[in-house]
Formats: sequence, structure tokens, C-alpha cells
Amino acid sequence: MNLTLTEKFYRSFYKIRRVEEEIIRIYPTDKIKSPVHLSIGQEAVSVGVCQALSSQDVVFGSYRGHAMYLAKGADLKKMIAELYGKKTGCAKGKGGSMHLSAVEKGVMVTSAIVGTTIPVSVGYAYGLKLKKLSACAVSFFGDGAVDEGVFHESMNFAALKKLPILFICENNRYAIHSHQLKRQRYDNIWERVKGYGIFSERIEDGDVFKIYDFAKKYIAKIRKKECGPIFLECLTCRWKEHVGPNDDFHLGYRSKEEVDIWKKKDELIRLRSLLSSKKAERIEKEVEGEVEKAFAYAEKSEFPGEEELLTDLFFEKKQ
Amino acid sequence: MKRILSYPEAIREAIECEMARDASVVVIGQGVDDPKAILGTTKGLVERFGPERVFDTPLSEDGMTGVALGLALAGLRPIHTHIRMDFILLAMNQIVNMAAKMRYMSGGKVRVSMVIRATIGKSWGQGAQHSQSLYPMLMNIPGLKIVAPATPYDAKGCMIEAVEDHNTVLFIEHRSLYYQKGPVPQGRYRTHFGKARILSKGGDITLIGISQMAIECLRAKKYLEEIGVNAEVIDLVSLSSLDMETIESSIKKTKKVVVVDNAWMPCAAGAEIISRLVEKGLLEGVAAQRMGFSFVPCPTTPSLEKYFYPDAKKIALKAANMIFPHRKGWKPKTEIKIEEIEFKGPF
Repeated sequence: MNLTLTEKFYRSFYKIRRVEEEIIRIYPTDKIKSPVHLSIGQEAVSVGVCQALSSQDVVFGSYRGHAMYLAKGADLKKMIAELYGKKTGCAKGKGGSMHLSAVEKGVMVTSAIVGTTIPVSVGYAYGLKLKKLSACAVSFFGDGAVDEGVFHESMNFAALKKLPILFICENNRYAIHSHQLKRQRYDNIWERVKGYGIFSERIEDGDVFKIYDFAKKYIAKIRKKECGPIFLECLTCRWKEHVGPNDDFHLGYRSKEEVDIWKKKDELIRLRSLLSSKKAERIEKEVEGEVEKAFAYAEKSEFPGEEELLTDLFFEKKQ
Repeated sequence: MKRILSYPEAIREAIECEMARDASVVVIGQGVDDPKAILGTTKGLVERFGPERVFDTPLSEDGMTGVALGLALAGLRPIHTHIRMDFILLAMNQIVNMAAKMRYMSGGKVRVSMVIRATIGKSWGQGAQHSQSLYPMLMNIPGLKIVAPATPYDAKGCMIEAVEDHNTVLFIEHRSLYYQKGPVPQGRYRTHFGKARILSKGGDITLIGISQMAIECLRAKKYLEEIGVNAEVIDLVSLSSLDMETIESSIKKTKKVVVVDNAWMPCAAGAEIISRLVEKGLLEGVAAQRMGFSFVPCPTTPSLEKYFYPDAKKIALKAANMIFPHRKGWKPKTEIKIEEIEFKGPF
């Protein structure tokens, strides 16, 4: 079935949104055995970027990685099973929501320590360059990661070696409850990065097409070795609390109005409006089926047994 | 005629051998391509293999350890070099939170084939921040392999094994071992991790040394010969998988053991080995002692530093007191220089 670009965007976006909504619905039952840092509200960044990637490209992300994992085409059933702590999960239940990976789909590493996958993605990009492959590394992180020293070490090295990497800063303004301007002197991450010798832009309105166009254009240049690393800062909004399925406006660190501005310009609604009802409904029906199946799969899968505890620590050579 | 190489020559030869064999081996770290070439251990590599495979790094230990991990995930085999072990403290996040856990957290899907070289300093006024030997901390982390070979033979064998291993291996070198010379065969051979090396057989007491302390134990053995004591000297080599079998069979024979850590003693190799022996009920009728650094930062002045480290005489005295508890006051008559102690095999 050939989908138009808008249909693909809608399908990917709708799937992530519905998965997050289902997690929110299920979470109070305690079936999910892992803290969840939801991507809901931030889907446009992962959808826009990942639609511009090929299957050879490899992404690295953070503990808020559901959207990136799904947008890159990784298996939904294995993700939900992982959240449920089941042995059919993408990491046999040893990773959980914060450590999703799907090497076969180019989802290499996600990490619970802010900023830690940035230098790893840079090293991976060096490997791609050394092996003369045309693939590209993509590093997703938040505005909090920019506070970390390793962010700056990584920018410096990526620029120094002109590596094939796209940096995506999802700036949702908050590190847990701490606003960017409580942690950084200026709201200009993208401009500061230029000082390292990295081409950089910012997209402020969360427009999924703009994000896609940017990624498409510069991934092509990176592949043709016409440029070194590229940086994109995307302003976005985390609809829910830092971790967990709830709203947290009662805490008073941010206002409901601030989030409502983003909810009003929800890209999902715009994408749907660009499709005929028939096409949109067909996509929705398919996705609903997938989501239902994934949760059922996780539900009926088994937990790993004790024999799994000590395995997977080291790669053992075959004797 | 046996082929004799120094410890750094043995390391260099192992790295060159692996780089020639496998194009995915890369050498990175501060100063790896500079004129001093990490005390000669990376000499000539950039000329032979080019600046893409052998490169200097910015002073970004945390970032560059992440880069090395990324190289490994991309299918390369990085050897990341730190000329001071103290510097790896800046890289602990990547070593402990990432490299050690990557395979487990992915349910066994990724491999991290990475070697981290760390050189321990000593003397010449190295002081508190250029002399630390941090392997006890690392021994406490699942997912890391740690080796600290004491002889040139094992330096080469362990490096080849480390490069070929599909996991994160910490390769710990002691600056004082760089003066060691010994037989090193040409070509490839591997020292299997998890096997200790009996440097010298004996029946009266077991001396277990880690890294350079293995050589001090050999020197102590010479001193002890003056009073008719024949010590068995064991170089532990592997710190992440302790060769308890070799230790146990030695102790069965000698009934006395001293473990000499090249580090502070709390929670170090001595503590671990003796605990395991206690748990197995193997210390009944066995005298067991630990030695290690004084529990302060390393002082810079030699007048204090000499009290800070264990050395051959202190080890010999400890052993003598264990064997002849009533005959106090012995001191070795001769002076054996560390340079005179070279282990010639058999391997």
C-alpha cells in the first residue's frame, strides 16, 4: 500500500499518541512495571525527523524515548511487553521504558542519565565515517542535556572531526520542574552551538513538515559529505508530568495556559484535517488494532524466570 | 635465546599486532600520536595505521569514553588510553552507567568491544592525584572485565585477549612495571582472563600481589630466602574473575597467605579474596593478612611516601612474623633492587 507523506506522518503520529494514551489509561492498574516518561505532546519532533531517515540510519535517545522508538519503526509489541517487564520485551524486561532499543531498526541506545547517549552517538558517527558508510547518526536529547558538560565535549568533537550526525534538541523548557531560564543564561541553545562550528537552526512552532523538511535536506547533505554535523533545536511541549501519566499543574511550576497553547495547535489534528475522513479512519482503524494487539501480547506474555537473572552480562565467545 | 622485551614494548607489540590483524581496531586517547607516544606504547602506530585509526583526543574524558563506546557499537574495537588512571574518574559515568550496563540493559543485543587502558603512577613526586589505583571501585561493578598484568609476557597476552574480547576490558598498567623486561614470544598468543599466574613456587607462605605488588612479592621472596623461607608468589592478573582455584591450592600447601593490594585496602582484592576463603571455610588454621596503601591520599614527599606504599621489605617482614611469631627483629641483610627482579618464566 503506497501512503502519501501526509498519510505516513499521520499514521506514525497517531500511533504514538494512541500508545501514550493507552499507557496513561493502563498505568494505574500497575501492570506497567517501569516508570514512564511520556512523549505525548512531543511527537512531532520524532515523527518529522524519523520520516526523513533510512533504515540504515541509527538513532540514540533519552529516557523520554517512546516517540523516537516508534517513529523509527521499532516493534510496538516488544515495547509494550518491555514496559510490562515481560521476557518478550525488546530487552527481555531488563531495560524497561527508559532503556528501549531495537538495533535491527536502528534504535541503538536510550539512557536514563541525561546527556549520556550524546557522545555515544558521536562515536557511532565516527565509526560510520571510518567505515565509509553513507548512513547517518541522529542524537535526540532535551534542553536539560545542554546543561551537562558532556554535551559540550560532544559538540566540540563532532565539529572537530566533521562527523555525519544530526543533533536534535527537543526543548520542552523543563528539566523535571526547572525552567530552562533557571538553568541557562539565555534561551538560545541553537545559537550557542554555532560557536563550535556546527550549522544550526531552530523551529519554534512544532510544525512537523518543517521539521521533516529540515531533516530531509540536511541528511542528504550529510550523506553526500557536503557538510559536517547539523543541529536542530525544536521547541515543544511535554503535556504530562516529568514522569508518570498525570497532569501536574497543581505543583505551580508552570501554568495550564502555557500547555494549552500547544494543545490548541496540536499537529495531530492538523494532519488529520489534511486527509480525507475515509483515509484517516482507515489509518485509525489499523492503528487501533495494532495497539490493542500489542497490549494483549504484553498481557499474555510471561515474565522472565530466575534463569534469566545472570545472563546477558557479558558476550561469551563460542568455545 | 629467549626474546626479551620491556613491558611497554610488549604492550606496543600487542597493539600493533591487533591493528595489523583487524582493521576495526582503533587507538584513541590524549597523546597517543604525540612524540612521547604514551611512554612508547603507541610508538609508530599513527605512521603505520594512519590518523583515522590512531588519534589524539580533546581533554574530554567523559565525552571521549562515550565516543569509544559509540565506536564499539558501530563495530569497531577501540583502545582508549588514559596516561593516568586518576583521569578515569572523569569518565566514570560512561564506564559505569553505560559501558558496563549496555549489554544487560538491551537484553543481550549489543556488544561493547572496548579496551580502556589506565596507567597507575608512583614516586617522583606524583602526589595524590597522579598515583591512584582505582581498581577496587571497578571490581564492584558487574559488566566490567579488569586485568592488571605484572609481566611483559602477560602484558602482551592480556592486551591481545582484551582487544579480542567482546566486552569492556579495563587494562591496568603500573608505571613502575615499565622497567620490567622479560621473555615475550613473537606473534599472537593470549593470556586467558580468570587465570592467576604462579610467578614462583614455594611451600612456606603464599604471597599474592596485584600489578606491581606482584614484583614486590618476588623481591620479598628473595629476602625471605635469607631465613630459609620459600614463598610461593602469585600474580593475580585478573581482577574481575578471581582465580580462587590457584589461590586455594596454594594455601592448602602453605597455610599462610598475604594479599598485597596495589591500592587502599578497604573493599579491595585482599578483602574479597579473604572473604571468599572464609565463606568456604578454608581459613581454618590458616594465617591470613592484607597489605595495601596507607589510608590517606598519597603524599608527595619521598620521606612520607616510603611509609605510604607496601614494599618488598615490608612484605618480607610481615611474612617472617607470620612464620616465626616469636623471632622478632629480623631485617634483610642484603638490598635487592627492583630492577634486579625480572620474571623469566616459565609461562
